[in-house]
Amino acid sequence: MIISKKDIPGFLDKLISEYQVFAPVQEGSYTLFKSITSGTDAVLTADNTKLPAKEIFFPQSEKLFNYNVTETGAKLETDIDDRKKVIFGVRPCDARSLVLLDNVFNNDKFQDPYYLTRRANTIMVGIGCNTPASTCFCTSVKGGPFDTTGLDLLLIDTGDAFVVEVVSDKGKALAKQAGFAAASDNDKSAAAKAKEAAKVTCQVNIDGLKDKLDINFYAPIWDKIHEKCLGCGACTYLCPTCHCFDIVDDAVDCNGCRVRNWDSCAFPIFTLHGSGHNPRTSNKERYRNRIMHKFKYFVDNFGEIACVGCGRCIKNCPVNMDIRVVLDDVRGSEARLDS
Amino acid sequence: MPKLAEQIKDAAKKLLAEQKVDLVVGFAEGSLPLRGTPLFARTPEEADKLTWNLGCENNLANYLRKKPGKVAVVAKGCDVRAIIALVKENQINRDDLYIIGVPCSGMIDRKKTAALLDDEDILAIEESGDTVVIKSNNSSATAKVADLLHNSCRDCSYGNPVIYDELVGELLPEKEAADFTEINDFEAKSVAERRAFMNSEFSKCIRCYACRNACPLCYCEECFVDCNQPEWIGKSAYNTEDNILFQVVRVFHCAGRCVDCGACERACPMGINLRLLTRKLVKDVKELYNAEAGVNMEDKPALATFTVDDPEAFLLKE
Ligand code: SF4
Ligand code: SF4
Ligand code: SF4
Ligand code: SF4
Repeated sequence: MIISKKDIPGFLDKLISEYQVFAPVQEGSYTLFKSITSGTDAVLTADNTKLPAKEIFFPQSEKLFNYNVTETGAKLETDIDDRKKVIFGVRPCDARSLVLLDNVFNNDKFQDPYYLTRRANTIMVGIGCNTPASTCFCTSVKGGPFDTTGLDLLLIDTGDAFVVEVVSDKGKALAKQAGFAAASDNDKSAAAKAKEAAKVTCQVNIDGLKDKLDINFYAPIWDKIHEKCLGCGACTYLCPTCHCFDIVDDAVDCNGCRVRNWDSCAFPIFTLHGSGHNPRTSNKERYRNRIMHKFKYFVDNFGEIACVGCGRCIKNCPVNMDIRVVLDDVRGSEARLDS
Repeated sequence: MPKLAEQIKDAAKKLLAEQKVDLVVGFAEGSLPLRGTPLFARTPEEADKLTWNLGCENNLANYLRKKPGKVAVVAKGCDVRAIIALVKENQINRDDLYIIGVPCSGMIDRKKTAALLDDEDILAIEESGDTVVIKSNNSSATAKVADLLHNSCRDCSYGNPVIYDELVGELLPEKEAADFTEINDFEAKSVAERRAFMNSEFSKCIRCYACRNACPLCYCEECFVDCNQPEWIGKSAYNTEDNILFQVVRVFHCAGRCVDCGACERACPMGINLRLLTRKLVKDVKELYNAEAGVNMEDKPALATFTVDDPEAFLLKE
């Protein structure tokens, strides 16, 4: 199937009448996923959005419930967002990140209704990456510029049009409803060519990384790696797979709401206990946790690496702490750093 | 620049080889085009990685507080100003710090370079004298370094380190202090306009605190935003008022201490115009007390001193 680029705004307008449609929208020098009110708002040319698509399903601050305590008792009100949504123009790395996050919010111990309701009611329409950025390393972590994991439809840019690849039943139904035209053999070969031409230039060798992390918790390398890190939340908040959260009450007296906020392992109050004790006393332990959580604990728990290679942390770290370099250093610790 | 890099390397290696210092904090080549990244060298071999380029934008004074042993730092003008401010606040012992001063005519703003190529992915930036060539996949552009500087660098008149133990390179011609045009323009707006601007700017804030952590003068053991007994400020990010409150309190807390290095604004991943606030305070401190932070070792910090003729326009309405 195929849709011409000039038909995209009209297609989105139709979707907007039925769904809450999220698409990348220009915000100064970057794009962000926003709920759009007009099909022309969507910007499909830029590479990844500044903030990942995770914030649509797992917002930075989510009201879990409102509460109200009176003499007769406590009243709770929960508002679970069950609006039907389409995420349009999501990149394959972000789509894959949600499949990874599903492990956290839906497992044999916990099912998170807020996240899962949104996931169940959302159709994911992805766009393949014809020109991956120099900071992208998706192919090193099981993804790829045209990977369909987590998508319902994948659009492939062939110049004036997008060739539409159906990935799931949900996607099939949407495509049928939209009445996309059939793609000609020419279109199909143009799509195949675009796929072939897309080159992820950066590779990160993760062979043996997990084995290393299994045994190097106390290794001297951690004394050095974190040294330039400022301990801010930029890398974690911009990361599509980071998912630590903190729960706080936003209340006056006994009236207010309970809110779930993104947390970051880089912060000094991360895992600070009520007693005042913190098992992660310094930046060293905190930065180690970032690497361990992504490349060891998540693998231990769910069998997957919790990084999709989107490169956001690389581009946005204020001190150019580059996770690719860090992983190299960890893998070759004796050879690389202990001089 | 390559020459400066060599001189920095030589100076650092010598200090380490002669065991005059235990550590040299400087910049190594980063992983992005024309990006310096902080480096901590403890051996002459490690010091071999030191470099100097137009992307050495971080304020290294941030790393010097309470570092054990003797430390040397590769410091440009604004780093030195922050060092002086920190020495005065008893955060750095001057006797334990060796300053390798580097005259600096400004660092380039990667947002400005990216804008030249329509925010395409920049693959290379090549320095050649006072121009740079910027390359992406499909296009390239040549621009004057002077047009690409961070605004803080553009306005800075302290590119020459005001104190140092050793200087590499040549001192630059003195530059006039910039005026406060942007601040004056903002002050001239109506309250409603200023409010609207603040709201739109700080609705972008994700409370990652990169600004706070990149600032060499923001070093409270416990930041008021992290305290929850009492909870001074809402912890959730859906409230722009709280985002503004955080930044305004941070900026006020840096009043008379801020050295206008721009590190906070550069660190912000969301591109928020923080310097509008920090520089407003720089202007006020200059106008009210004729003081500037970190420009010499002698002056007392503006808020640590008092004279009977200090203006009190904000206290008393006569
Ligand atoms: S690695 Fe960079 S972005 Fe992440 S916490 Fe450290 S300084 Fe901040
Ligand atoms: S760790 Fe960095 S590259 Fe990996 S998914 Fe997170 S932001 Fe992207
Ligand atoms: S507030 Fe900003 S400009 Fe001022 S010293 Fe701190 S980082 Fe530099
Ligand atoms: S760095 Fe920017 S986004 Fe982060 S807390 Fe500061 S102002 Fe907000």
